[in-house]
Amino acid sequence: MKDQDLYNYILGIADNSLILGQRLGELCGHGPNLETDIALTNIALDLFGQTRSYYQYAAKIAGDGRTEDDIAMLRNERDYKNVLLVEQPNTHFGHVIARQFLFDVYHLQLMNALQHSEDEILVAIARKGVKEVSYHKRFSGDWLKRLGDGTDESKQKIQEAIDHFWPYTDELFDMTDSDKRMADQGIGVDMTALKDDYYKQISEVLDEATLTVPDNPYSKRGGKQGIHTEHMGYILTELQYMQRTYPNMTW
Amino acid sequence: MMIDLHPNIDAELIPILEEVADPEIPVLTVLDLGVIREAVIRNGKVMIKLTPTYSGCPAMDVIGDDLKAAFLKRGMEAEISLVLAPAWSTDWISEEGKRKMEAYGIAAPLEETADKEALLGNKPLVKCTNCGSTHTRLVSQFGSTACKALFQCEDCMEPFDYFKCLK
Repeated sequence: MKDQDLYNYILGIADNSLILGQRLGELCGHGPNLETDIALTNIALDLFGQTRSYYQYAAKIAGDGRTEDDIAMLRNERDYKNVLLVEQPNTHFGHVIARQFLFDVYHLQLMNALQHSEDEILVAIARKGVKEVSYHKRFSGDWLKRLGDGTDESKQKIQEAIDHFWPYTDELFDMTDSDKRMADQGIGVDMTALKDDYYKQISEVLDEATLTVPDNPYSKRGGKQGIHTEHMGYILTELQYMQRTYPNMTW
Repeated sequence: MMIDLHPNIDAELIPILEEVADPEIPVLTVLDLGVIREAVIRNGKVMIKLTPTYSGCPAMDVIGDDLKAAFLKRGMEAEISLVLAPAWSTDWISEEGKRKMEAYGIAAPLEETADKEALLGNKPLVKCTNCGSTHTRLVSQFGSTACKALFQCEDCMEPFDYFKCLK
């Protein structure tokens, strides 16, 4: 493939949105109340919409006859390059909000920076995405504050969730070789430059939420290399079920 | 960035485009909504550029099919392409569209600053579509579709949708 780096770069971004969207989609009909249920699935819908734009572009670059659906549904686990954070299970509402917030802050940084890419299709996707993602961050940030500054139980649970996901945040700023080459060409975003600002933003909101910023130097990584946690196989089993059971089916 | 409020649409195609409605808000035509960015006849074919309101809006596929069907009824073949840039804005909803939306029970988008205040729940600015009171409160930042938030009137108690400002 001529543009292998660009293809890899796009998939790295798109897979995060696909897998997080799938996790949020699991909550459809299971949210803590109707409004939150609708909000979380609306966010999933935005993420899937963005994912489609990325995969359509990736399919065009690949140029081997595969469609956006093939890329979404028919890869094996090792070929998905999402970070470990987004594949972690929903567990309880505190986990859903903590995972979302830790991702949204990163995602908004990425969308803002990607608007200055040399690649006009990525710019178009980011210009649309930035409006949606800032709304996601507002939602997850508000809930983080509400739970942190809420009852003793909500505070304890959201703190536990933040502590639990903290080791997964470092990977968001890892750059693969393709990421680095894309950043050098002005197409991709140099995420390492955004890392300090990320932790600064997170700390400010945690402070406001009367929560403690974790002090855990340990980090977990691997998703960007295709080495996933045990949860990933289960997600793909559900995500790919229809295409694997009835190959080439369409709606 | 300059936003083109007047997309390139052939006058003869307008009556046909006016027949195609948003499946989620059936009182609005695709022209009211501002999602048609171009509609021209090239080599006997109708070429349409459609832009989504939100990236994941499921209505887009339906709108594409409905457009094709509307033209096919007149023996014309339409080709739809999806364009992302420039990104759709609520400014592209026509004044007529906003009136129709209000009459249908969906509060039309406020301008940007007021919209933020309203969606953060800071100020009661959204007008109830039932009684006209601005004594309303935000129930949920997300409503029945991605483009709407849910409000309730504190005077007449009516719950209603608010079309979020998107710029």
